[in-house]
Amino acid sequence: MTMLDIQRRSATTTEAPQVRHLPKIAKLIDVSTCIGCKACQVACMEWNDLRDEVGKNVGVYDNPADLSDQSWTLMRFSETEQNGKLEWLIRKDGCMHCADPGCLKACPSPGAIIQYSNGIVDFQQDQCIGCGYCIQGCPFNIPRISKKDNKAYKCSLCSDRVAVGQAPACVKTCPTGAIHFGTKEDMQDYAEERITDLKARGYQNAGLYDPQGVGGTHVMYVLQHADQPELYANLPANPKIAATVSLWKGITKPLGLAGFGLIALGAFFHFIKRGRKEVHEDEDDQLAIVRQSGSNGRDA
Amino acid sequence: MASLAPTFGRGAMTNHWVDIKNADLVLIMGGNAAEAHPCGFKWVIEAKKTRSAKLVVVDPRFTRSAAVADFYAPIRVGSDIAFLSGVINYLLTNDKINHEYVQAYTNAGYLINTGYTFNEGMFSGYDEAKRSYDNTTWKYQMDEATGFAKIDYSMQDPQCVLQLMKQHFAPYTPEVVSKVTGTPQKDYEKILEMMGECAKPNKVMTILYALGWTQHSVGSQNIRTMALIQLLLGNIGMAGGGINALRGHANVQGITDMCLIGASLPGYLANPTDKEATLAQFIEAKTPKLLQAGQMNYWSNYSKFFVSHLKSMYGPNATAENQFGYDWMPKIDGAQDVLALFERMHQGKLTGFFCQGFNPLASVPHAAKLGQALAKLKYLVVMDPLTTETSEFWKAHGEYHDVKPEEVQTEVFRLPANLFAEQEGSFTNSGRVIQWRWSGADAPGETKGDAEIMAALFLKLRDMYADGQGANSEPLKKLHWPYRIPNKPSPEELAKEVSGVALADVLDLKDPTKVLAKAGEQLAGFAQLRDDGSTSCGNWIYSGSWSQVGNLMARRDNSDPSGLGQTLNWGFAWPANRRILYNRASCDANGKPWDAKRTVIKWVGDKWTGNDIPDIRPDAPPAEVSPFIMNPEGVARLFAFAGMKEGPLPVHYEPFESPLAENPMFPSNAKAKNNPAARVFPGDQENFGTADAYPFVATTYRLVEHFHFWTKHSWLNAVTQPEQFVEIGEELAKSKGIAHGDKVRVSSKRGKIEAVAVVTKRIPTLQVNGKPTHTVGIPIHWGFKGVTRPGYLTNVLTPYVGDANVQTPEFKAFLVNIEKV
Repeated sequence: MTMLDIQRRSATTTEAPQVRHLPKIAKLIDVSTCIGCKACQVACMEWNDLRDEVGKNVGVYDNPADLSDQSWTLMRFSETEQNGKLEWLIRKDGCMHCADPGCLKACPSPGAIIQYSNGIVDFQQDQCIGCGYCIQGCPFNIPRISKKDNKAYKCSLCSDRVAVGQAPACVKTCPTGAIHFGTKEDMQDYAEERITDLKARGYQNAGLYDPQGVGGTHVMYVLQHADQPELYANLPANPKIAATVSLWKGITKPLGLAGFGLIALGAFFHFIKRGRKEVHEDEDDQLAIVRQSGSNGRDA
Repeated sequence: MASLAPTFGRGAMTNHWVDIKNADLVLIMGGNAAEAHPCGFKWVIEAKKTRSAKLVVVDPRFTRSAAVADFYAPIRVGSDIAFLSGVINYLLTNDKINHEYVQAYTNAGYLINTGYTFNEGMFSGYDEAKRSYDNTTWKYQMDEATGFAKIDYSMQDPQCVLQLMKQHFAPYTPEVVSKVTGTPQKDYEKILEMMGECAKPNKVMTILYALGWTQHSVGSQNIRTMALIQLLLGNIGMAGGGINALRGHANVQGITDMCLIGASLPGYLANPTDKEATLAQFIEAKTPKLLQAGQMNYWSNYSKFFVSHLKSMYGPNATAENQFGYDWMPKIDGAQDVLALFERMHQGKLTGFFCQGFNPLASVPHAAKLGQALAKLKYLVVMDPLTTETSEFWKAHGEYHDVKPEEVQTEVFRLPANLFAEQEGSFTNSGRVIQWRWSGADAPGETKGDAEIMAALFLKLRDMYADGQGANSEPLKKLHWPYRIPNKPSPEELAKEVSGVALADVLDLKDPTKVLAKAGEQLAGFAQLRDDGSTSCGNWIYSGSWSQVGNLMARRDNSDPSGLGQTLNWGFAWPANRRILYNRASCDANGKPWDAKRTVIKWVGDKWTGNDIPDIRPDAPPAEVSPFIMNPEGVARLFAFAGMKEGPLPVHYEPFESPLAENPMFPSNAKAKNNPAARVFPGDQENFGTADAYPFVATTYRLVEHFHFWTKHSWLNAVTQPEQFVEIGEELAKSKGIAHGDKVRVSSKRGKIEAVAVVTKRIPTLQVNGKPTHTVGIPIHWGFKGVTRPGYLTNVLTPYVGDANVQTPEFKAFLVNIEKV
């Protein structure tokens, strides 16, 4: 039995347990006190036993250049001029742990993506079939499929640490205390303090990034310019789950119940497949597996 | 270091890491604390969060520190003294000084010899042939009746220090400063205003600096200029104030305390020279004469510190009859700094070299000269945990290190050493807090600790001399070696030796019937040291760190009753567990704190008490004894009549490689273009480039992802910053057709490197002396060994010249050209 209660499970209709009282948690990243030292990147790789490749410098400080199966978080550096002043905005990118997770909704493999009752969205790689639909479902472009085992990976918010009362590795290691962890409520309260301070320093539009389009997130940012989140390496201003994923959840489900599930599923996959930029050679095989699991009728 | 001692009496960070949280204004200049000291930087963030402190960053680049600053202003590399001199001018002309503090705690009212002059960038007493000053004319006027220095407390006498300063700094107006530094005048004036606010007794500024100030041919004076500002504002001794040299390596403060600098012994005692033939002569030369009545003049105890050190070296062999072994101490016969050492090696005068925890091929300027120097050695021994570039200087590494091994005859030995984390011992952090630590992992394979390697070497050498043959073997034979396992001195034994022990009963000097420490006991502190051979102490400033109570460095009680971060039971701070140096100056002349909310200590009628160990005799009445107890006049020196090679007051000089044809402050005096007292070796002058061939200003620096030349051996560090790059501004990139990610070649008169270009808004083009000036930023961390992508040693580019006082090389300001490959 897991230490945390599972609230939702991809492609599954089983009732969630409801007995234990576990508060919603959140990680708060205060961008205004982050120096981009990348200690969180290193701590993440160390705790999770990951080793990314020694890459290249492509003309910026961002290294590795992108998220991968080995890098679940990384710093994105943006230079901008605001009110005649240069600013170097440094945002720690990684899974936002949406309250309404598009990845989980899109995932066709039962139990490959779960959401704990505390809000953490976690990938269970042993159940992952590598279809990549979680990528399509994510409004933040976070999950990555590993070339090594063809499974999806992303930040787990150190669910293993959190389950035993420890803060995530990135929080623990952050030297300036820019990353905080606690109940979502406490994090919102703390964010208010920081926002008050930033406003007093002239950042009139300082604010909390907790986008409601995905039901709020369990990773939140304090931004100096909350009115322009896109300044921060294109953080989406109003993230939403893709229409195709909503379609899968909203319309196909009753259709499935009416006995047309397989047809609708086929149409959906066709749509998704056409929409994807990269098509893997083995995708047809994956699709076959997906169809099989889909036809089990757990969710369709 | 070299500037703080001549100013305050001690050469160390005045405050400590945690205390940064008590500041109202944090200035980061001559350093990049967020980048190089990310853990300590948390206290800057804490000050911002809890005190609403403002952070100001002044740097040629918009750094990681600037990313979280309230205000950033750019500056041309190598023009910091002009910038800061303008601040002094502003404070003096706009009366933004703490009068009572300046009058009572500095030498502002002291009268200077009438022979003192300053003309066209040069002080009186210059000898051009020797490139040095005779400082006779810089001295105080002495009152013949009392034998003490003359003072005009009204600070109006034209020969008094304050008036001389007004005159000296007057040319540094905001217009002139902006022209010299390239800092936009509007930005500059905003900073002047913010700093001026801190003259109020309840407003405190701290300054955090590091190698961005030290690594210049005027490094010591960069720091001194800031020290003068902090004195004028009354910020020295205050919680949240001070002048804070941030030391990089976890234990670089420790190694400096233990005599990193060749000219010093542990505890900043001087290394004897040929001039001091006897112990008496040496003590006489080093013990300062009292300059003002009633002052503590703590260096008057010099003989106690020094004789106790000799006793720790030679044990029972050191007796009063043989001057406690003074004759066995090596006498320095010339400069021992790193540039002088490799110069001698380059001249073939030094043929064997022990290289312990040091990678000079990578970290000393002008790598080509270094390679030639190393090739002249008969043998090189490298003690290091890593395969350093130095240990493979003889080996070809493609374009990154092009040598012909067959032409190098040097025999190289590599002795694999433990890494610090694999050893038990003490670390001394930047804030002088000594903390005991335990090994975090077992050392791999057959590696050994440094002490163990040195012990084996010593025992072997001593054995080889045992037959009585061999010249000059006395120092080796007489060395005291009391360790339980002779070839493996333990960290505990060494720490106790450093802290000090009573060899006979130590008696109270005021009451000889009272025994302060019995023979064999660990001493409680340096007040118990004696010069009669009854005490032994390896390093007087560490005295008491391992007392009879036990190992105080291992204490881990972080209780903080004052809330100021004065955790007096956490570790042990030198000196005497004092956390804020000169803390007596945190109170006014009556002993009342300038700011009661930040009380460090206070006078309570008969004694000093409070939240720190008073930096004054505990019963010294406030009106009688002044706060700067290490100086024989008891006050801090705005005007340093001794100790500074290039003059008693700071002057802007151009770097040895400057984009300007002349010093804009003294355009008609070519001799005052660069530091007139800086040493240049024959052959190096010819290797300085000029702006016609090398038109861009360059500076080297560190990145947070790496530590010097070590972490390129570590996979995770390599992942976060894998490949060598240089940074240039958008304007320069455009004019050279360089896009971000392009490969570029950066060349100086001494060599070239190739790296990826990072094109950034963060390096502005500055208007200097009416001309646009571009900066090329060069991170240092790459080399031809390690798991990062191979790169060039950046020190192939840097000039072989150093600060006039301590010879710290000018890594921060030189000239290059850049072109797309």
